[in-house]
Amino acid sequence: MSNAPIIEMNNMNKWFDDFHVLKNINFKVENGEKIVICGPSGSGKSTLIRCINRLESHQNGKILVDGTELTNNIKNIDRIRADVGMCFQHFNLFPHLSILDNLTLAPIWVRKESKKAASELAMHFLEKVKIADQALKYPGQLSGGQQQRVAIARALCMKPKIMLFDEPTSALDPEMVKEVLDVMVSLAEEGMTMLCVTHEMGFARQVADKVVFMDDGQIVEEAKPDEFFDNPQHERSKEFLSQILH
Amino acid sequence: MVYKFTKNPEKRTLPKAETMAKWMKRNLFSTKTNSVISLFILSGLLKIITPLFNWLFIDAVWVGDSATCRKASGACVAFIKEKFVYIIFGPYPREEIWRPGLTIFLIFALLWWSKEPSRWSKKLIKWWVSCLVVSWILMSGGFGLSLVENSQWGGLPLTIILSFIGIAISYPLGIALALGRRSSMPLIKSFCVIYIELIRGVPMISLLFMSSVMFPLFLPEGVSVDKLLRAQVAIIMFISAYMAEVVRGGLAAIPKGQYEAADALGLNYFQTMKGVILPQALKIVIPPSVNTAIGMLKDTSLVIIIALFDLLSTTKASMKDPEWLGYSVEGYFFAALIYFILCFSMGKYARRLEVEFHRGHKNREVSI
Ligand SMILES: Nc1ncnc2c1ncn2[C@@H]1O[C@H](COP(=O)(O)OP(=O)(O)OP(=O)(O)O)[C@@H](O)[C@H]1O
Ligand SMILES: [Mg+2]
Repeated sequence: MSNAPIIEMNNMNKWFDDFHVLKNINFKVENGEKIVICGPSGSGKSTLIRCINRLESHQNGKILVDGTELTNNIKNIDRIRADVGMCFQHFNLFPHLSILDNLTLAPIWVRKESKKAASELAMHFLEKVKIADQALKYPGQLSGGQQQRVAIARALCMKPKIMLFDEPTSALDPEMVKEVLDVMVSLAEEGMTMLCVTHEMGFARQVADKVVFMDDGQIVEEAKPDEFFDNPQHERSKEFLSQILH
Repeated sequence: MVYKFTKNPEKRTLPKAETMAKWMKRNLFSTKTNSVISLFILSGLLKIITPLFNWLFIDAVWVGDSATCRKASGACVAFIKEKFVYIIFGPYPREEIWRPGLTIFLIFALLWWSKEPSRWSKKLIKWWVSCLVVSWILMSGGFGLSLVENSQWGGLPLTIILSFIGIAISYPLGIALALGRRSSMPLIKSFCVIYIELIRGVPMISLLFMSSVMFPLFLPEGVSVDKLLRAQVAIIMFISAYMAEVVRGGLAAIPKGQYEAADALGLNYFQTMKGVILPQALKIVIPPSVNTAIGMLKDTSLVIIIALFDLLSTTKASMKDPEWLGYSVEGYFFAALIYFILCFSMGKYARRLEVEFHRGHKNREVSI
């Protein structure tokens, strides 16, 4: 079991009505692998990772997460969501709850932890993202970078095996990008399985095991970061890289 | 006015003490146009307030009987004094008046206690349920108290009971209807849509009529449902449809990202609603909900058409006393005053809640 890929997609297709967003996706992620997904806007990157925790449903093909197949079965969906944490471009913290309550809500309600245990865990992760002193504030009182770190801590409180990031730094002011990337790097160093949609090339080179390039709903190229950035194989990858590097 | 709020619900920053003259100069007479408008409005106010003041105080009869009143040109406050108990308590037996009095006192006392959001808990709901049970017993009798048919209830207690119970029940019902209307289950969705649109499409009067005239026709013979209860049900049906639309507006204002974050954390539908969506949506709709509630409180006066003696009906009835004919202005004035006090305090309280709930949001400015 431990050698089986933790995420596996076989011939997966997805449509929005009659718009074919994801075309024949075949894709594997090994336990502990860090994957960076990039590609032009509208190529289906977000949709791809959102299929993994069923924020979007696919229409045919197979998605297996940690051995469980994603179907309409609510139990399977719940089991998979318990294993998969997600961070969004716009953080999506709950504005009416304090930082601490943002972190403890799901552990208490979903994992049925005691309030005390959940708070201790929350403080542990807040310390890790270096923001423990803000625990009693509300999301609206924090900077973007701080909010994104809280969002990461909130996902970690559910003790996920896989973390999904959808452009976690692209809504941030430049000076805050680093503090979030630092947290993600240390998470990677601890061996978390990560799928990250980002255009942060430095981050990709530093931590990614593999870069996946998507265009027009297809996976065009998969390669080690150095190979991909220095020597892209496909025309479309070359074009994309020349655009973002200038 | 704009108040600034930071981390804690700080006190409003009131303007520094300044002399009346300075204040007027700055706010009323700062420019030529401003001065003209101010003078115009002030003279208008003077025209209205002076005769009103004369009528209510200078020329009024505060002590005396109907004969003294007839001689005076001002308001006959003596009429209100004479009819006070009837207007407030209606045809309730005089010697038992303490019972509706105590009921009103209990309800207001508990309302006062409930006004701090920090006291809101499951226990408080239990308190309210017990309060309503005690009120019911006080009003209708039993446990050693003599029985009073609810056709004899009237005045303020009736208005308060109809509207408060109406609001308390239709609020959660409205939330359920609003959620149902957004449901992905077609059966639930269409039921809610049809219900809401149907009820909103008819005037409350017709609902009250139907409840009192048509509803009994549907019941098996021999079974009768109390008239007060039927009116109460009609009122609840009516407001809940309006509340549903108010709540729906709040739900629509919550960004999709909140649902997605909740889904990604594994919260189920009810947890998402209870913990994430409703607290935000209901906060947004405090002003329109209170608006609906105020409208509702005033609408209870329509029960007059099915012969229930609410506050307005008792006022009207007391004007018919042959000895005190001709004092309807005073009567309506008094009834309006009571409605105004009730509605104004509701509105004021809602504004306070709004401010309180903004606590914690980033230096947000709230204009009141
Ligand atoms: N809910 C939806 N309904 C219909 N079409 C959608 C929906 N969500 C996304 N799309 C379309 O699917 C395509 C892929 O969207 P997706 O968000 O996955 O792109 P992306 O690669 O993440 O782009 P970006 O870099 O701009 O975030 C786009 O053309 C988009 O317009
Ligand atoms: Mg995207």
